[in-house]
Amino acid sequence: MKRTRDLKGWLLCGPALAAMALVTAYPILYAVQLSLYRYDLRFGAPPELVGLGNYFSVLSSEIWWQALGNTLLITIVSVFFELLLGFALALLMHKAVFRRRTVRSALLVPYASNTVVAALAWKFAFDPTTGFVNRLLGTDLAWLNERWSAFLVIIFSEIWKTTPFMALLLLAGLSLIPDEVIKAARIDGASAVQRFRLIILPLVKPSIVVALLFRSLDAFRIFDAVYVLTRGAHGTESVSVVGYNTLIARLNLGLGSAVSVLVFLCALAIALLFIKSFGVPLLRVER
Amino acid sequence: MRMRLKGTDGLPGALGSLLAVAYALLPVIWIVSLSLKPSRELGNGRFLPETFSLEHYRAVFTDPQFPAAILNSLGIASITTALSILIAVFAAYAIVRLDFRGKQWIFYGTLAVAMFPQVSVVGPLFELWRTLRLFDTWPGLILPYLSFTLPLAVWTLTAFFREVPWELEKAARVDGATPSQAFRLVILPLVAPGIFASAILVFIFAWNDFLFAASLTSTDRARTVPVAIAFFTGSSQFELPVGSIAAASVVVTIPVIALVLMFQRRIIAGLTAGAVKG
Repeated sequence: MKRTRDLKGWLLCGPALAAMALVTAYPILYAVQLSLYRYDLRFGAPPELVGLGNYFSVLSSEIWWQALGNTLLITIVSVFFELLLGFALALLMHKAVFRRRTVRSALLVPYASNTVVAALAWKFAFDPTTGFVNRLLGTDLAWLNERWSAFLVIIFSEIWKTTPFMALLLLAGLSLIPDEVIKAARIDGASAVQRFRLIILPLVKPSIVVALLFRSLDAFRIFDAVYVLTRGAHGTESVSVVGYNTLIARLNLGLGSAVSVLVFLCALAIALLFIKSFGVPLLRVER
Repeated sequence: MRMRLKGTDGLPGALGSLLAVAYALLPVIWIVSLSLKPSRELGNGRFLPETFSLEHYRAVFTDPQFPAAILNSLGIASITTALSILIAVFAAYAIVRLDFRGKQWIFYGTLAVAMFPQVSVVGPLFELWRTLRLFDTWPGLILPYLSFTLPLAVWTLTAFFREVPWELEKAARVDGATPSQAFRLVILPLVAPGIFASAILVFIFAWNDFLFAASLTSTDRARTVPVAIAFFTGSSQFELPVGSIAAASVVVTIPVIALVLMFQRRIIAGLTAGAVKG
């Protein structure tokens, strides 16, 4: 009886698991294999086994380390501001029952809009000839031609696009807090700051951890915004852009696969770091 | 809290809400405004157009690339959505209704895929697709989209299925319905709205992807809208055709936004319930 139920469960979930493995587990193993070969499609030579050679090449190149630094910088800065802004928006929606609907609808706009389109909108906005930003600020800065100002635009566009997701997750967390708890605290004389720090924050913590985990790993694989805004020029490459350029633009499958595997390992490390420090709060599978 | 007594959320709340709405809509209004500016006004640095013109929309639709890309995007995203939802319905049903050993592994699997860096599989897929003749075809994009949308589909459907009063299914069976009848006639109408909301989320993912589409297509045969827009060159190679890009952007963004706003309540429930209640 129990056997058949196990079997039935796995049969129903089987197609989903198979489809997910087909395009993740199998290709990543294939990437590991490719990364051990010198395999450059531009030269048409047959693949040649070079062991860990490609990894040495990647790990001794400045491009990789700069890209890793860039990616971590983009991830940390944008996720930090998203959390602050997202929390502010969540509190705004939580309190303003009256206007919740309007703000919530508006916030779905960045979420649903296309990353390429959003990045292009910001690109044109900051552009010295077509844009309105320079006229507004009274400068004639070529934002995307300088490393740090380009980062500013990249991070800005990333924050705009993804803060709503953070805000909606946090709002869902806030709405799980029973009203009576807050009321009781107020009757007991807790100030607004104390209520926030001692009651709201600990109760919302699981939602915060989930939001942070998802957004950090999502930001770590940033590609669209960087590619559209700078194509990785002026030292703004992210690790995904390096991978894409090596694999698809330069058709160096061996070296590119080494980059792919390294990006995968970095993502894995970030995920494990989160799980080690916060546990896995989102996996409360019922019964 | 004092504010609530007056029946409003007070000036700070109102101001905050106004700012939040402006924040969300600013780039969208900007791209619409750019798309309506006549070419001679594109460099004037104003946020809104002084005169309106539809020349960029005409240009976009007379260029053969863009309509082809829209067709590819629509086809690929729709087929992905149908397949992903179909597969996810079975999984979500099993997760909610059956108590089987190893259930948590399904969740670990979806979690791993949701956080997977896509760039890690772009190279192998490029190589495999060339051998299997899937490069630059619809199935070549539908397959990766299917895998990467399944976590979202499974979570949202699981969240919606948990809300369903499943006793009704049992009641229908007692009344003599077959299992398939009970599901089709009693349960399906109840879960349809949730399925629809999940479908919209999956569709958006497939519609918006750029990395796979840029890596696994090369011509109008399968090139989707984001890639067409990003690689748009127009008549001159050296200058971005800003007006045409803006018009194309509006054409592909507004319908999706409209769709999302129409079904916003359920979409938000689906987006957040999966992660919070999990």
